[in-house]
Amino acid sequence: MAAPLSTPAAPKRTPLYDLHRELGAKLIDFGGWEMPVQYTGILEEHKAVRERVGVFDVSHMGEFEVTGGGATGYLQRLTPNDVGKLGDGHAHYSAFLTEKGTFVDDLLVYRRAANDYMLVVNAGNTPKDFAWASSRAEGDVGVANKTDDTALLAVQGPRAGALVDRVAAERVTDLPYYAFKTTRVLGEPALVSRTGYTGEDGFEIYLASASAVKVMRGLLEQGREFGILPCGLGARDTLRLEAKMCLYGNDIDETVTPWEADLGWVVKMQKGDFLGRDALARQKEAGVPRRLAGFEMVDRGIARHGYPAKTAHGPGVVTSGTHSPTLGKPIGLALLPTAASAVGTEFEVDIRGRGAAARVVPTPFYKRPK
Amino acid sequence: MNPADLRYTRSHEWVRIDGDTGTIGITDHAQKELGEIVYLELPEVGHVYNAEDEFGTVESVKAVSELFVPVSGEVVAVNKQAVAEPGIVNDDPFGDGWLIKVKLSSDAEAGSLLSAEQYAAYLKEEEKHA
Repeated sequence: MAAPLSTPAAPKRTPLYDLHRELGAKLIDFGGWEMPVQYTGILEEHKAVRERVGVFDVSHMGEFEVTGGGATGYLQRLTPNDVGKLGDGHAHYSAFLTEKGTFVDDLLVYRRAANDYMLVVNAGNTPKDFAWASSRAEGDVGVANKTDDTALLAVQGPRAGALVDRVAAERVTDLPYYAFKTTRVLGEPALVSRTGYTGEDGFEIYLASASAVKVMRGLLEQGREFGILPCGLGARDTLRLEAKMCLYGNDIDETVTPWEADLGWVVKMQKGDFLGRDALARQKEAGVPRRLAGFEMVDRGIARHGYPAKTAHGPGVVTSGTHSPTLGKPIGLALLPTAASAVGTEFEVDIRGRGAAARVVPTPFYKRPK
Repeated sequence: MNPADLRYTRSHEWVRIDGDTGTIGITDHAQKELGEIVYLELPEVGHVYNAEDEFGTVESVKAVSELFVPVSGEVVAVNKQAVAEPGIVNDDPFGDGWLIKVKLSSDAEAGSLLSAEQYAAYLKEEEKHA
């Protein structure tokens, strides 16, 4: 048996590193950070989030502050979603795009006040994104990297609202999806948003790094009666994939456009010019050559990231694949020629030299009951 | 906790030699490292392997790993129950979670494998370097 994972030298650690060790987490390198992949087990943690509540340390995510009189105009040019539509206390999903219209990163934009924004980017992309954003700031625009000062806890699951309502100074369950408020959690100043990466109801709590241990311990303590579990990146990956949320570096990267990634809703072509717009207009005009599609395996086995796909209309590639704990079967996402991406289309995946049949299915794979 | 009557590989398989039959599985350390196992790909009865050949794969939610035979021989039995319910390998890696049985083609090879004591020392060494 070959070792499945390795630990390289000198990864970064979140403020919760010692607590993770104390909780018995198995730690791995992720985007240059030493992060818990699991505590009790991926399947158990996944189930806790689908049925009760789980808490994730995602302090490795990057946070940038964008401020100054030119901030709104700057973000309008730098991101494809319409920042002009964001009110105070609201956030949206967006991206940094290259001139070719491909993903530098996917991210969240929070509008705290007029010309006062927070961007949340992927951990492994934080240095690249900061260089990207700060080199494009002109005039009255300040971009500050707050990653090291900021901790982030994601409380996710059907009981997340009950738990966060209990520990927050103000009610949070009156927040609509993708809205947030600045309040206190267990006495510590916090920004609480109704967001997440699991396909469940949930909240993300941004804190000063110094508050992280106290709040994490408090959530685990107060969440006990709801059946809370600390959850690692392993469950985060199976949860996000069931909800068909993209993972940068797997499903999207600097070769993939939002049209191809089935994320066209993020792109507001009518809002005016933005970086990548011309290329996206051209691709739409010429026809989108491939599309990110959800699939299930027909044959046995898990098709994983990077495995080649063979369709009647040419080659494709698997971008994410796992065993779905909720469905009890292997699922995945693949970039397929558009003509081979319709629901019901069968194709073949090369699983380590063995051809295995797969079928395009409707997504998300999992939708939470209302 | 690694049974003394088994022989071990540095790739974390074990073999129990009983007459001319070798029963093969993965160690408790291996199943812990993998996490919850969701798929096993095992050979058909009749396959012949040389020691250290790949004979299948074990797959958890997060990773896939190759399996290597500790000893040469012909596959005479495959644990169908483990294929149907791979969680057995997590629950009982040295018992009900065995993977295949081979008819040994040579009785000399087992000598080059690790004893339980040597394997425990090897794990400790591996941990130091991790």
